[in-house]
Amino acid sequence: MQLTVWTYEGPPHVGAMRVATGMKGLHYVLHAPQGDTYADLLFTMIERRKARPPVTYTTFQARDLGSDTAEIFKTACKEAVERFDPQAIIVGASCTAELIQDDPGGLAKTLDLNVPVIPLELPSYQKKENWGASETFFQLVRGLAGGRTPEEKPEGAPKTCNILGPTALGFRHRDDVTEITRLLGTLGVEVNVVAPMGATPHDLTRLPNADFNVVLYPEVAGQAAQWLKRTFGQPIVSTVPMGVNATRQFVREVAELVGADPEPVIAQADERLSWYSLSIDSNYLTGKRVFIFGDATHAIAAARIAEHELGFKVCGLGTYSREFAREVRAAAKEYGIEALITDDHLEVEDAIVAAQPELVLGTQMERHIAKRLRIGCAVISAPVHVQDFPARYSPFMGFEGANVIFDSFVHPLVMGLEEHLLGMFREDFEFNDDAQASHLAALHAGAKHETIEIPEAQTAPDDKTQDVVANGSVAASFGSPSWTDDAELELKKIPFFVRGKARRNTERFAAEQGVNPITIETLYDAKAHYGR
Amino acid sequence: MNRHVPPHVAAAEAREADGLGCTDVTPIKQRGQHEVFCGLTSIIWLHRKVQDAFFLIVGSRTCAHLMQSAAGVMIFAEPRFGTAIIDDRDLSGMADMNEELDKVVARLIARRPDIRMLVLVGSCPSEVIKLDLGRAAMKLNERFAPDLRVLSYSGSGIETTFTQGEDNFLQAVIGGTPRAAPDAPRQLLIAGCLADVIEDQFTRIFHGLGIENVHFLPARHAEGVPPIGPNTTVLMAQPYLTETAKMLEKKGARVLTAPFPLGEEGTTAWLRAAADAFDVPADRFAAITDAGRERARKAVSLYRDRLAGKRVFFFPDSQMEPSLARFLSREVDAEILEVGTPYLNKNHMAPDLALLPSSVRLAEGQDVDKQIDRVRADDPDLIICGMGLGNPFEAEGRTTKWSIEFAFTPIQGYEQAGDLAELFARPLGRRDLLQVEV
Repeated sequence: MQLTVWTYEGPPHVGAMRVATGMKGLHYVLHAPQGDTYADLLFTMIERRKARPPVTYTTFQARDLGSDTAEIFKTACKEAVERFDPQAIIVGASCTAELIQDDPGGLAKTLDLNVPVIPLELPSYQKKENWGASETFFQLVRGLAGGRTPEEKPEGAPKTCNILGPTALGFRHRDDVTEITRLLGTLGVEVNVVAPMGATPHDLTRLPNADFNVVLYPEVAGQAAQWLKRTFGQPIVSTVPMGVNATRQFVREVAELVGADPEPVIAQADERLSWYSLSIDSNYLTGKRVFIFGDATHAIAAARIAEHELGFKVCGLGTYSREFAREVRAAAKEYGIEALITDDHLEVEDAIVAAQPELVLGTQMERHIAKRLRIGCAVISAPVHVQDFPARYSPFMGFEGANVIFDSFVHPLVMGLEEHLLGMFREDFEFNDDAQASHLAALHAGAKHETIEIPEAQTAPDDKTQDVVANGSVAASFGSPSWTDDAELELKKIPFFVRGKARRNTERFAAEQGVNPITIETLYDAKAHYGR
Repeated sequence: MNRHVPPHVAAAEAREADGLGCTDVTPIKQRGQHEVFCGLTSIIWLHRKVQDAFFLIVGSRTCAHLMQSAAGVMIFAEPRFGTAIIDDRDLSGMADMNEELDKVVARLIARRPDIRMLVLVGSCPSEVIKLDLGRAAMKLNERFAPDLRVLSYSGSGIETTFTQGEDNFLQAVIGGTPRAAPDAPRQLLIAGCLADVIEDQFTRIFHGLGIENVHFLPARHAEGVPPIGPNTTVLMAQPYLTETAKMLEKKGARVLTAPFPLGEEGTTAWLRAAADAFDVPADRFAAITDAGRERARKAVSLYRDRLAGKRVFFFPDSQMEPSLARFLSREVDAEILEVGTPYLNKNHMAPDLALLPSSVRLAEGQDVDKQIDRVRADDPDLIICGMGLGNPFEAEGRTTKWSIEFAFTPIQGYEQAGDLAELFARPLGRRDLLQVEV
């Protein structure tokens, strides 16, 4: 039993819903009580889908238990097939129905439905959402493509591939697919099927016709792609094209498979990350400490981009995807740190506090943690939020994805820099927090006068909170040498986003040198000792 | 019906003509897919209301996921609720579930020492495996009393729908309440969660009426519920408290029946029920309520043009639907097509039903697909529905309002009557405003 306030992943049947809702012509009959219908709103609200998810819930009640829950399932299943006329159905149980052991797969078979029935066994008390999505997609692919023979292709026909992994409610999946389809087109590769998103059950039967598979989201499609490779010999392009270097590697990998020349595609790429990163303005990005947490694919990619394409320092890397713990551990090793594998957001919060990053790249939960700690943050991974479905085109993959990534990773730091500059002028009569912008001063001349005494009183405690928070933790300063008032004041003159580091270094230096209390001299001695 | 009569006029005439209104209308009862939240979701307002309580759901990952999806941004602020997720080790017997629960509770209490009331909330899985939370609560009580009071109830979706979770919680709250002494002074107990601001408004009104001894259920703190007995007169502020009302009656309390306090008319009738029970003179009642009535009428009138004659369809959600429909029908002359409700308590609802025209279709329970078919056939001007249905209807070019907003927005009483009308009017106004199409 585990105490949870927030969870990175839903139950496995929600993963199955993400697959079913992404597809067309598939229906999911889910043995579940009425409360489980909440999952519909994930799709209609967060993703603003225009149609209800193709899911029929049996919504059995307590009074049905022990009598006719199986009959309720059969009725729901029959009626769903009549009403929605799907090409295939998947059937399964949510956590409660799993306990009553009605065997939806077996029951559906007795109905003689005129559509293929694919039963799902998703153990709710062991597994989670991504596992559920992966297992569902795998069962669908095996069930529908199994036993097929790839079509013979005429000589000289263009090479084709499948794009595997995108689902409903996926982080930027919609735009990633567009971007990668376009990129493959520049290499002369046609897309045979995109699945699960946008595919019908019939389309899945055509998967074996492609020359190879592109796996964009291994969490969802890795297992199915391995099976396709074993069964039909389709090679897998395993590089996830996130960031400039990975996208180039992806282009080369695909080009090699199809016998094309990758270099013109790479040379003509409309990619700005590299130049923006090289430009002199970006000097201040150097060595920025960044903490990264998300699903394995996005976390590993974000770390690589942060370190090698933006010149940050990765000071924390972790994932909630236990299935990919090994890969994330290996990646963390490259940056000389230990990976954090957990699904407890409180542990992640502690790790962020301890790492004292200047930027957090994470999920919506890390965004809130960073907000509390007053650290800049960009969201890089599911679980998704309505904000992760922007109206504009905003992929994370391919060359345009790299451009989007530059903007999203760097902007929170720019904001931090602005805040510092404002902070430097905090005492200035014109730039303090309560002063109106100068071009508006004429409109508010009266109001300004009244607030003139407030800044001192208000900013002082505020500053202290910020300091404690930026400093990282009360624990960090526990038992450390005390600071003279002058030294505290001097510390406050240091930009808030490096103040924590300065405090930590100074205290460590003082402890090592046996200095107590810390004076302005100690502060600058420590600075000279450690450098920036 | 005469074709030349505008529908809202016809509805008003029908209403006047039939006196009994909807009282004898037989509701449609279809068994099919329910698309309503389970009782756990009422924790979203209960934990805000009872300020020193923590609600610990004993359930599955689905329960936790439901709560974070339904409670949205609230979840990021370390709310006073959480889920003890049952896992495979618990089910296979490798771990003793009661010991596991004790461990979770110990961790929780250590982290939240400010908690005075711990509420163990049963879920679908905990009910199916027959985990005895009542016993667990009793044992925890022995350990932690008097610093911490431990209660339990079931919010499972196999037994409760959305607001029924509050019904079960309130039974747990009053279950252990002592019986009032025979000579205890008379008191008025308002049952059902209201926003604090509304409680304060009503308290001022009751004091003005000379009813001094007023309590609210649930109270804002763990220790706030008074002894209950024959001295207690209960005025129901929410329509979904069927079992709580029964339990209060069993304790000797007298439960009043009145329309629910939505809109000017509902609020006045509701207050009057209490005033009559406490023998408040008519002139005093008028002196205290006239200004509020006038303000409410004025505030509602701002939205009447937008809502009059509009054809409205209610999906089942909170059991407040008959009262909401009555408000729309009586105070802004909307035409009500269907009033869906998860459960229809004909006794508690009688005063509201009597004020609805007999042309209204009532539907109890749900078969969501068939209900959607009826929407398409009716082609209403406004659909009040759950969050899973809103955007799909909007994409069909229909205008919707999330039903859950009526459970979360303060809408009761005179000062909120205008806000209530505005909630219905906003989506219609927005449609008029926008020059875009899908």
